[in-house]
Amino acid sequence: MTSDSDTSNNGNKEARELLRRPPSAIYRWLGDRIFAVVVVVLGMSIIALAAAMAYVLYDEGSLSLWQFGFWDFIRGTTWDPAVQLVFGALPFLFGTVVTSVAALLISFFPAIAVAIFTAEYAPRWLASIIDNLIQLIAAVPSVVIGIWGIFVLAPWMRDHVYMPIFTWAETSYPALLPILGNPMGYGMATATIVLSLMIVPYTTALTKDAIKSVPVEQREASRALGATKWEVIRMAVLPYARGGILAGAILSLGRAIGETMAVAMLIGNKNTLPFSIFGAGATMPSVIVNEFREAVESLHLSSLMAIGFTLFIIALVVNLAAAYMTRKFSIKGGQVV
Amino acid sequence: MKTLLQRNIRDRIMESLLVLSTIVVLLPLIIILVHVVVNGISALNWDFFTQELGSPSRALQGRPTGLVHTILGTLVVDFLALFLAVPIGFGAGIMLSEFPDHKLNPTLRVMNDTLNGMPAILKGLLAFVLIVKPMGTFSGLAGAVALAFVMIPIIARTTESALMSIPWSIREAGLAIGLPRWRVVLSTVMPAARFGLVTGTLIAFARAAGEAAPLLFTSFGNNYLPNHWLGMLLGPVDTLPQRLYSLAISPYSHWHSMGWAAAIVLLVFVIVCFGTARYLTRQKH
Repeated sequence: MTSDSDTSNNGNKEARELLRRPPSAIYRWLGDRIFAVVVVVLGMSIIALAAAMAYVLYDEGSLSLWQFGFWDFIRGTTWDPAVQLVFGALPFLFGTVVTSVAALLISFFPAIAVAIFTAEYAPRWLASIIDNLIQLIAAVPSVVIGIWGIFVLAPWMRDHVYMPIFTWAETSYPALLPILGNPMGYGMATATIVLSLMIVPYTTALTKDAIKSVPVEQREASRALGATKWEVIRMAVLPYARGGILAGAILSLGRAIGETMAVAMLIGNKNTLPFSIFGAGATMPSVIVNEFREAVESLHLSSLMAIGFTLFIIALVVNLAAAYMTRKFSIKGGQVV
Repeated sequence: MKTLLQRNIRDRIMESLLVLSTIVVLLPLIIILVHVVVNGISALNWDFFTQELGSPSRALQGRPTGLVHTILGTLVVDFLALFLAVPIGFGAGIMLSEFPDHKLNPTLRVMNDTLNGMPAILKGLLAFVLIVKPMGTFSGLAGAVALAFVMIPIIARTTESALMSIPWSIREAGLAIGLPRWRVVLSTVMPAARFGLVTGTLIAFARAAGEAAPLLFTSFGNNYLPNHWLGMLLGPVDTLPQRLYSLAISPYSHWHSMGWAAAIVLLVFVIVCFGTARYLTRQKH
């Protein structure tokens, strides 16, 4: 209310000034031209930035991509920057896909449950608290989650989850051991658990907005048919909101793919396949973080850039898919702070 | 056909499952916050804010160490990034909202969302190639550019929606009293949308302030204060998220507790930014 009256006061003052001294045609015509040019140039620079990112990553990675060939680079299982200077991205591609898909699967239902609970069940004050806390998960810097993972989560998981399972498998099912891997605490499982926590807010936010946009008639109709509260949600609300849920899931997947620091700190960093459940692994962002500062060979540097380029393509596809979903189901908002 | 009792039981079960899921999601957050505070509070002393880090031997011999150079570096790099990002972000937001018929707008919107969804580490690689390589050295400037790449799409997006929320009648009123279009935007629409603009900028700022990945190979890190004030911009400079990472993976226990303390500082910084942003959003309504 105050902001409205403020602006109208300003407007009045300015209007009076303008009436006293009418501005020249140059002020109007040239001013508008300059303004439009400046604004469009600034807008274009974002397009240029996105194009530059694609070009720069490809250009810097081209040395490696030409030497190995794009498909062989992606399929190559050897990453040896020390002796043979052979670079293949498959271990990191595999690590990224497995950790992010697993994280999405773990977080999917809890994230939707939080959205349903806050939108349908919780009283307003509680919903607002939960909402703020969920947004806080997205706000916590990933290095902070990383340091917690290194000193608290990983040792705890090793002592209370991985070791008991490992010793049980040792005595009962020795065949499982290679799949389980070395239970040192830092590995694929720990990274996945942390990832699944970090991507919850994205699914929750979009699901909640989709649920909020379900028309009230939809609920009333099923209520009138005698449905219980859960049946209303199950049969009237969720089918209507499926577009938002799907878009949120894809967005979460994109976040999981790009998540760097927490994963790099917890995944254990091992460059050779096969990865095991508890054992160390690596993802595309984590290998860039770990090796970029130490890369001296130009082929090594170029291969890391080529991994960046591959990551760019994957992120692009996931983002375009999410954009397509949100547009198709015309979801408004859903932004995570 | 299930009986009403069965359906009601199912109803209760689902409700408790929803509550349980919510608790399962929020519990780790609480645990993280508690651990960060408990582990970091003891290292958060006067030295922490007034001393340089120095070499590891300094901590091992018990001489005072701290992160004053990190905190100063963070402020310099973050605010420079904001200074670089705000004009571009605002410009793009104005283009999307005030020139809605411009034929590049759909492309801009898609590109902006794409850029927003790109992993921050790729923005660091871009800044490395564009700034660090030509300059021949890691620098605070490169770090600021990398963080600006993180901020720009967020600011553009929030600016667009903040300006869009101002009714067209305001613009028409401005045009009707004879204001040129650029004055309408700068003097009526943007002041009216100021809460939204500040909120979006704060969100972008907080998001970028927590990023370590783009800084590792742009501003690189530094255990000391630069000799000259320009060293903050032209030489390697320390920033909180990147220092936190280095401390956490170091083998020294004293550095670990400093890492926890750095986590408190970073968390407080980010939470204050987000809290202010949320408060302002609520004020608007």
